[in-house]
Amino acid sequence: MSAGAVRLEDLTLGYQRHPAVHHVSGSFAPGSLTAIAGPNGAGKSTLLKGIAGELRPLSGRIALDGLKPRDIAYLPQIAEIERRFPVSVLDLVALGAWRRAGLFRSIGRDDLALAHHAVDTVGLSGFEDRPIGTLSGGQLQRALFARLLVQDARLILLDEPFAAIDQGTTADLVEILKRWRGEGRTVIAVLHDDALMRAHFPETLLLARACVAWGATEEALRPEHLLAARRMCEAFHDDAAVCRP
Amino acid sequence: MIHDLLFAPFGDPAVRMALAGCIALAFGGAPIGVFLVLRRTSLIGDALSHAILPGVAIAFVFAGFSVLWMTIGGLLAGLATAILAGVATRMSAIREDASLAAFFIISLAFGSLLVASFGTDEELVHVLFGRVLELKAEALLTIAGIATVTMAALALLYRPLIAECFDPGFLRRAGWTGALVYTAFLSLVVLNLIGGFQALGTLMAVGLMMLPAAAAGFWSESAGGQIAVAIALTIGAALAGLVFAFHAGTPPESSIVLTAGVFYLVSLAAGPRDSIGARLIRLRHLEA
Repeated sequence: MSAGAVRLEDLTLGYQRHPAVHHVSGSFAPGSLTAIAGPNGAGKSTLLKGIAGELRPLSGRIALDGLKPRDIAYLPQIAEIERRFPVSVLDLVALGAWRRAGLFRSIGRDDLALAHHAVDTVGLSGFEDRPIGTLSGGQLQRALFARLLVQDARLILLDEPFAAIDQGTTADLVEILKRWRGEGRTVIAVLHDDALMRAHFPETLLLARACVAWGATEEALRPEHLLAARRMCEAFHDDAAVCRP
Repeated sequence: MIHDLLFAPFGDPAVRMALAGCIALAFGGAPIGVFLVLRRTSLIGDALSHAILPGVAIAFVFAGFSVLWMTIGGLLAGLATAILAGVATRMSAIREDASLAAFFIISLAFGSLLVASFGTDEELVHVLFGRVLELKAEALLTIAGIATVTMAALALLYRPLIAECFDPGFLRRAGWTGALVYTAFLSLVVLNLIGGFQALGTLMAVGLMMLPAAAAGFWSESAGGQIAVAIALTIGAALAGLVFAFHAGTPPESSIVLTAGVFYLVSLAAGPRDSIGARLIRLRHLEA
């Protein structure tokens, strides 16, 4: 599978003219597995939203090398999922086949088999017909990963996929991340767990509104970088002047 | 005795027409109502019924009591309101409910201004509260046509509609289809309110759409099941309401909607799922 690179070119993203990600340049290599680290308010989720195409840059640009919007799968931090809605786990997972089935075509036998297989892969066998409202937080996250598996995207963006998820589930889901990398997909995940990044993520982007460090994880997460990130990340001023680089 | 009680009302052709109209309404309006409830937007039916009123009134002022023109007028006013509100929601940061509230009030105020300027009529009360026993073949065909269109459209839109209900973010990221699905759905809401006002008037039509839908949630766990229950309850309310009105001499429109209201209260109290009764009765828990 050929995956495209994601290049950030002097990218500034933000809200109401206030930058949350400020003049960041660099690129995520095709087939790389990158963690985005940084304190709260550092612009990590904003950057992911920008790459997913949900937020227009204030300036600069995001070059998606040969990637169309349909090639991107994005799992937001708090999915706007209505848990009380009566759909089953299998229905939720099969929704990943949207790109192929579209609005009106039926979910084909192949995609249904894929959905069943994905449910097995994330360890939810036997839960296919359970309404999503009866799942625990970890089980729902497993189901959402199964949907990502069915989506078969070349670029996968995950916003704090392991927040409030126990170690066992995290370990299972990290294996899926590695599998994606092995299949040549580009994976970018926002994380808070330094140990997890050091153990499983070859590359890290340390963000504190501006880019603090971007490269091999051990190098990016050096103590002086972490300290710098904590200092740089402070609230914006209401009367901030116009930025003229 | 039983014959007199239950079957005699339907010896009257007008009552049979009324029943036929309500059955057609059930197949269109009940599924729409279920989706409104599942989307947590139950009050949108009310808002849109106000939004179609000016269109209906304007058509009435200029063309008299013509089913065709009142349908077209209501449709245009309702769709314009729904689409403007939907476009505003997607193009700005305003929330869907605030956007719709703003536009339907504009529509309502504009309509009242026109009606007040060009004269009014007692027949306008007819539009508000309906006369189900004077349902003409023309109006019945309109209602049946709307029900047919609705069922066909729902068959096509079922999957995207479910997706847009429980995970709107996913559908939005899948492309531009979220807005399309939402607009198509709002159009169906407006169409069915138009159908409902032919029989029950604009105010009562919302009742027959929403009450069985809200009650259905106490009976079934799946979306499909809730739709089936809502259709059955609507038809049941029409039957019981017409029989009651025939014997008690009450207005049939409000009798039907009140019967649906009784069904709702009974479901709320004693439905098998998540009702007050179901929560009071504590069965012994199962093994872990």
